[in-house]
Amino acid sequence: MSFSQMSIRQLQQALREGKTSAVELTRACLARIAATDGRVNAFVTVCDETALAAAAEADRQLAAGQAGPLTGIPIAVKDIFNTAGVRTSCGSRILENYIAPYDATAFAKLREQGAILLGKLNMDEFAMGSSNENSANGPVANPWDLERVPGGSSGGSAAALAAGQTFATLGTDTGGSIRQPASFCGVVGLKPTYGRVSRYGVIAYASSLDQVGPLAHFVEDAALMLGAIAGYDPADSTSVDCPVPDYLAGLDAGVKGMKIGLPREYFIEGLDPAIKQAVEAAIEVYRGLGAEIVEVSLPHTDYAVACYYLIAMAEASSNLARYDGVRYGVRQQAEGGLTGMYEQTRAAGFGDEVKRRIMLGTYALSSGYYDAYYLKAQKVRTLIREDFLKAFKEVDLLLTPVAPTAAFKLGEKTDDPLQMYLSDIFTIPVNLAGTCALSLPCGMDGQLPIGLQLIGQPFDEVRILQAAKAYEAETDWHKQRAPLD
Amino acid sequence: MHSRYEVVIGLEVHVQLTTKTKIFCGCSTAFGQQPNSQTCPVCLGLPGALPVLNQQVVEYAIRAGLATNCQIAPRSIFARKNYFYPDLPKGYQISQFELPITEHGWLDIDDAAGGKKRIGITRIHMEEDAGKLLHGGKSGSRVDLNRACTPLLEVVSEPDMRSADEAIEYLKQLHQIVVYLGICDGNLEEGSFRCDANVSLRPKGQVELGTRAELKNINSFRFIKQAIEYEVERQAELLDEGGKVVQETRLFDADTGVSRSMRGKEEAHDYRYFPDPDLVPLVVDEAWVERVRAELPEMPLVKRQRYVEQFELPDYDAGVLSAERGVAEYFEALVSLHPQPKVCSNWMMGEVMRALNDKEVAIADCPVSPELLAGLLGRIDDNTISNKMAKTVFEEIWQTGKTADQVIDEKGLKQVTDTGAIEAILDEIIAANQGQFEELKAGKDKLTGFFVGQVMKLSKGKANPGMVNQLIQKKLTE
Repeated sequence: MSFSQMSIRQLQQALREGKTSAVELTRACLARIAATDGRVNAFVTVCDETALAAAAEADRQLAAGQAGPLTGIPIAVKDIFNTAGVRTSCGSRILENYIAPYDATAFAKLREQGAILLGKLNMDEFAMGSSNENSANGPVANPWDLERVPGGSSGGSAAALAAGQTFATLGTDTGGSIRQPASFCGVVGLKPTYGRVSRYGVIAYASSLDQVGPLAHFVEDAALMLGAIAGYDPADSTSVDCPVPDYLAGLDAGVKGMKIGLPREYFIEGLDPAIKQAVEAAIEVYRGLGAEIVEVSLPHTDYAVACYYLIAMAEASSNLARYDGVRYGVRQQAEGGLTGMYEQTRAAGFGDEVKRRIMLGTYALSSGYYDAYYLKAQKVRTLIREDFLKAFKEVDLLLTPVAPTAAFKLGEKTDDPLQMYLSDIFTIPVNLAGTCALSLPCGMDGQLPIGLQLIGQPFDEVRILQAAKAYEAETDWHKQRAPLD
Repeated sequence: MHSRYEVVIGLEVHVQLTTKTKIFCGCSTAFGQQPNSQTCPVCLGLPGALPVLNQQVVEYAIRAGLATNCQIAPRSIFARKNYFYPDLPKGYQISQFELPITEHGWLDIDDAAGGKKRIGITRIHMEEDAGKLLHGGKSGSRVDLNRACTPLLEVVSEPDMRSADEAIEYLKQLHQIVVYLGICDGNLEEGSFRCDANVSLRPKGQVELGTRAELKNINSFRFIKQAIEYEVERQAELLDEGGKVVQETRLFDADTGVSRSMRGKEEAHDYRYFPDPDLVPLVVDEAWVERVRAELPEMPLVKRQRYVEQFELPDYDAGVLSAERGVAEYFEALVSLHPQPKVCSNWMMGEVMRALNDKEVAIADCPVSPELLAGLLGRIDDNTISNKMAKTVFEEIWQTGKTADQVIDEKGLKQVTDTGAIEAILDEIIAANQGQFEELKAGKDKLTGFFVGQVMKLSKGKANPGMVNQLIQKKLTE
């Protein structure tokens, strides 16, 4: 039985009907990982034994008719999620030996609903990067072209899907870290509204921007996964206590009469012609489906990247202070007493990009600079959020490219951090505004996938999922698979 | 002595709150447990753990704010104070910076001239405590994080105090208030009430403040006074010699009575405060503040005034009885059962407090409850026993927990009020002491005492002394 074009609901049906078993599904995934991951490097930890044991248990539950919504479905999560008993290294040398004593809430929910953990996925160190090249575990290769990056920071979460190693994954998105790799790898990636999914147990990069979300082959799978992880968590003060809708229920409602806005600041000179063409073709598909297309403006877009990097780095500089070698992680023995131990531990434990961001963030918060940098960035952030809220008074959702180009080559931008930062230019504003957005495949640039971004109103994931599903039903991009044998 | 200089003192007090659980997690705050036994991912600062604010801490902060005449902020913000130290698991302390929960208060203290002086309170904010380092041993220092994340209030005063004595007055009043409010156990030795003092001098008449030194972490009122006085002396000498006071943090050594520099201004931390993105702004509505206000206990100064007016007690009595909440509660319970305030006051300030002191028992654990004591006072009132005998009975109640009536019955201590019985004893004594009785008759009044004493002795203290007196007078006129 071939599973590569099956949605999670189809797999569940096959499991219930006994056409396959959780053990068979899990074995297939593990075999695919064994066959391909030497080249892709999506996994940093593979849980063969525990996955097969969990699959056997899932089969018992299926046989007893006690299956939950995800029982027997093999999944994998970014190595930023704490998983009790399974190493959580966050792409960093400083946590290479770290095993958390507790589960992240989002992962715990998947486990409780019967999902089987195949393993932990590669990522940029502490989620800092747009290419997955900043990983202590080595870079991830894009399954569509092994010489290219999969995007980042959730590069492993997107590449594992594109390589056919799993059926759904969890990533985190601080400035585009789910959507950009989803776009580069030709899968669906959803960044929910800030506060929609608990951050408890997810290692923090920039707390006011980080959000957990699913990546999957199909819009329907992303909707199902979101339903599984969304909701208020008393352990996360920033999670929001509002009801979780049934994301699957209205998925096929279509876009007829829906008002879709095109922010003119996102359709700029210098946008790669292939991307422009693919996105314009997608706009025509929506027009054909009965959506109304209007142009809108998000006037503060130009300031988003600068604003983002100030806020994210400031928060990161504080969030990463706990990695000091005192309680957990890798400690370097050093001369010079306590200070020497701190310096050596952090010098050896963190990679260059992490150090760069800690230094910049520390600077931005320093006495005498706070007002000019951090405080001003917060004010700009408010303006950017207001841009979106104003636009949403006119339209139901926004449509934009996900990234200015398709996947670039490994090493192409590693020496130029600014160029690297600009690859998130279309995704960053969404995090600053705290709203939701998804990326779905909408074309090819030669052999490389192109992604379309749909941005929704805060807590209106339903509508962007509906719009994405309508597009998916009309096109075949989501059926393409990376040529990886 | 230093008449050329005016002393300027501002105080920062850390008040450890008595909530059952920590400020940002559910771990217990109990003192003296096995190291690191009261910890969880949150207070250990594990990757991915997030803080959740304990509502009780907010409630206590509002209490403290209201009791010190502060304004309660409708919206306040938690901020991160960033610095590295092994007892600080996250590498930052969650505190409040720009928008604290409460600001702009004051306390009135007694000044040296016998008047009142108002000391401004700049702000009171909530924060988490750090852990503890256990130094020494072959394996080097160890970290105990049981205390990490326990709730503190930091109370910052204006630089309004002009002497060590004023500083102590202020501290004692603040201490009394937080203990009264039931938000702090007030234990200075265990660090539940810790003080940092900012001390500077300026030439008399000068408006601008001199350079200050900060004295850190002093844990008794006596040491605070010593430390401030030492610092005033030190700065005055420096200035007299034409030197300059440098801004620095100094550590006071109680053993030597001397302070030494801990770090200078150059080494001062840049704490890089910024709003903690893991916690949402704290909103306190008017209804919450009013509910807390309605539940506030009567503050000691108000109570003292009321005791003088309502119970007509001397100010001294009122002061003693209102100084501690437990004592005041005991007193009020006693008065309600035995409505003779001065008698109650005398017994409390006498027998009760003496026994508590001798036996080192807290008023809350006093084995003689207000009910038992009221029962005893009732028996004095109805002449069942004498005041003197009552002290013996009090002892017995303390030991056994029995009621006054039980003790009097069992020990046969009931006062003899049967005139015939007393008269018989008196006749016997007069017969045996005819000489003295004649002298008494002749006007040697002080012999009355002798006869009363003899009757009391023979009756084993049970005769009513007033009645004995009356009978003697009767015999004299017969």
